[in-house]
Amino acid sequence: MSGFSFQIDGVEVTAKPGQTIMEAADEVGIYIPRLCDHEGLRHQGGCRVCTVKAGGRSVAACTQPAAPDLVVENETPHINKLRRDLVGMLFNEGNHLCPICEASGNCELQAMAYRLGMTEPTKFPYLEPCRPVDASHPDIALDNNRCISCGRCVRASQDVDGKGIFGYVGRGIHRHIAANGPDLRHTDAEVTDFAISAEVCPVGCIIRKREGFARPIGERDYDDHLIGYDIEKKRDE
Amino acid sequence: MTQASTFETDQDQVALICERHQKDPHRMLDILRDVQDQFRWISRETMATVAGKTGLTQVAVEGVASFYAFLSLTPRGRVTIRLCDDIVDRFAGLPAVVEAFENALGIAVGQTSADGAFSLEYTPCIGLCDQAPAAMINDVVLTGLTPEKVREMVAALKGGKRPEDLISHRFDALSPYERAKRMVKNNVRHAGAVLLGPVPEDAGLMKALAQTPAAIIDQIAASGLRGCGGAGFTTGMKWRFAEQAEADRKFIICNADEGEPGTFKDRVLLTERPHLLIEGMTIAARAVGAREGILYLRGEYVYLRPLIEEVLAERRAKGLLGKAIMGVEGFDFDIRLQMGAGAYICGEEGALISSCEGLPGEPKTRPPFPVTCGYLGFPTVVNNVETFCHAARILDCGAQWFFDMGTEGSHGTKLFSVSGDCINPGIYELPYGLSVRALLEMAGGEDAAAVLVGGPSGTMIARDTFDRKLTFDDLATGGAIVVFSPERNILEIVEYYMSFFVHESCGYCTPCRVGNVFLQKAVAKFRQGLANPADIAYLKDLSATIIETSRCGLGMTSPNPILSTLENFPLVYSAMVKPPKDRIRATFDIQSAISDARVLAKRRSSIYDKDFTK
Repeated sequence: MSGFSFQIDGVEVTAKPGQTIMEAADEVGIYIPRLCDHEGLRHQGGCRVCTVKAGGRSVAACTQPAAPDLVVENETPHINKLRRDLVGMLFNEGNHLCPICEASGNCELQAMAYRLGMTEPTKFPYLEPCRPVDASHPDIALDNNRCISCGRCVRASQDVDGKGIFGYVGRGIHRHIAANGPDLRHTDAEVTDFAISAEVCPVGCIIRKREGFARPIGERDYDDHLIGYDIEKKRDE
Repeated sequence: MTQASTFETDQDQVALICERHQKDPHRMLDILRDVQDQFRWISRETMATVAGKTGLTQVAVEGVASFYAFLSLTPRGRVTIRLCDDIVDRFAGLPAVVEAFENALGIAVGQTSADGAFSLEYTPCIGLCDQAPAAMINDVVLTGLTPEKVREMVAALKGGKRPEDLISHRFDALSPYERAKRMVKNNVRHAGAVLLGPVPEDAGLMKALAQTPAAIIDQIAASGLRGCGGAGFTTGMKWRFAEQAEADRKFIICNADEGEPGTFKDRVLLTERPHLLIEGMTIAARAVGAREGILYLRGEYVYLRPLIEEVLAERRAKGLLGKAIMGVEGFDFDIRLQMGAGAYICGEEGALISSCEGLPGEPKTRPPFPVTCGYLGFPTVVNNVETFCHAARILDCGAQWFFDMGTEGSHGTKLFSVSGDCINPGIYELPYGLSVRALLEMAGGEDAAAVLVGGPSGTMIARDTFDRKLTFDDLATGGAIVVFSPERNILEIVEYYMSFFVHESCGYCTPCRVGNVFLQKAVAKFRQGLANPADIAYLKDLSATIIETSRCGLGMTSPNPILSTLENFPLVYSAMVKPPKDRIRATFDIQSAISDARVLAKRRSSIYDKDFTK
């Protein structure tokens, strides 16, 4: 089967067989919001922020294969409402105090909230978990209170670094990311790992010591642009 | 013996357990179950040993060990008592039973005695709602518990008796079938024509072997058989997809993980019709060209393991499993038993496959679907126990015979597990199409105020809709029918079921992991009288998001207890949001809000402490 076309919000998109809706959209510069997905990593379909309506069914765009003549709704009031709910859930599940967070301005969770127009607290309750901070490693600290369980570090370490320093443990609301050992110091994690790099952790959970607040306000990732800008600018090229 | 040498021996034994399972990471659940049985917990050292032997990371082993409720990362008692805390058990006298256990053992639920002899825990529905309150004690189950029985049992256990001795003083001399029957009543109240009436031995398999695989599938398709686990997918279509898939290996998996609270029909089939089940799996293997099968038995049914193993061995001896089945050259098929370990989500077919692969029981991304890419990536048919049993009968008696029973779109018979507030709880095999009212009359539950059809992921209906029909198109059900009398508190039931879903969500996707916690908290507000009218809209709105964005069937149905009671019992909710006489609406409980701070500050408030003067 050769390439085929389908529609996203009325725009004709060409896709190759085997491509997911999100992969095809990215190539033509249509941004579908996502948090657990990251270019170069396996798709997970966990955060559900990339939910779209495809052929009338709600699916995760990162894992759903594109299909000929599929009609996909991405930026609709209904879909964006779902996304706001999901992002609200992720905020309230952890402890996200943007004003004191090192990741503020570079944080994908925060940027996603802005993109979706979230400017005030939701009606969701705060779960206020009390999760341990792991500062055992000489170069890396983990503030698990800010973790959104996206698992990008898990996949980056397993698949890119070939190490497996992180994994999921527990079930349900207690499911969380844990180090492959009693703490991070007892793993072979290095600050040069891709899994530890700034691009992998979307929030302020993985912290590289001695480089906090490196970029001043005005020069941070999302000071001038909405999240998704890098993909959307392809459309103008 | 020094501490160090004990440690060495322990880890040697862990290593032996790994060897026994060929150090295969896909058998992780078996390895960890064996470790748990032997050591009563899974320590960090043990996880390191298992990781080393199986070639996985330690955190991957921990991921499995921490997922399943029956595996423990802290030491558990040599006798672990798991009390079923389903709502049916609660209404059947569980609180008094719990109190009796706690007093007799001197520990609270959730604790292990200091000498390591006993642990007391809660566990969700163990499939014994028709004889509640019930409990698992290690690998045996006890039913119809009363405080009196509990005191006698604990005295016997403390006196050195094994849990097995509580069942019979000659337990070891009993056959596996006799043991199961001593522990659990079948409570078959109505035997239908297909499953629980007289069933000839292997007649369906014999006829199947005279046919081509395509003809077998044609018959299953023509019978109208649909999956009996709850989802109702057309069985013939599922088999055909798997048959058409090109692959070196194909698998037949039986889903005997019925975990929907209030369901216990498979328990009865596994006890009374195990040969029919294996016959059905063998026919499926013939139809799709599979040589390997797995029977996934829920951890709660561990008491049936010896029975199933005996049946498998017997069939191998008779040439009904193994090489050249019934003398047909080239037809090889065998089945391994996979024990679960306490996870409702493993009833979802993707999660069940993950669990068989030795992974945490997380659903898989669909597509691809199991029929093309299932167990270890091979085409896999997953069917419920009842579905396989039906298939075997259809091959014997013909598609038309089955098709003619029931109603349009819902053919054949169905096993209903009836429990709760009725005179005759148990199993009813009936053709599809009966009304709920008719079933209630048979079961002696005419006084019901509410009936939960299909368990918490199904629908809760009120008296005015008892004429609705038990079919796929009206009230679809995997078989659970839970009857609630007018004395029961609907919101208490709803809150229990939401806590069940919170406990059983795998946590993979955001809406199910987090959204269900929010729903549970919102329902709790209603029960505490702290809700306001806007909270009704909030419940509906949040439920809609969870249903629409969840990754698997659990999250797509978990808001149902709330949505179906909002629809069918609206007054229950509106009564809780009526403005009080003083017009001050309490939406916030300041007492509980400040209690932590009060403890920290070591101060009491003359304004907010109700018991300040004491």
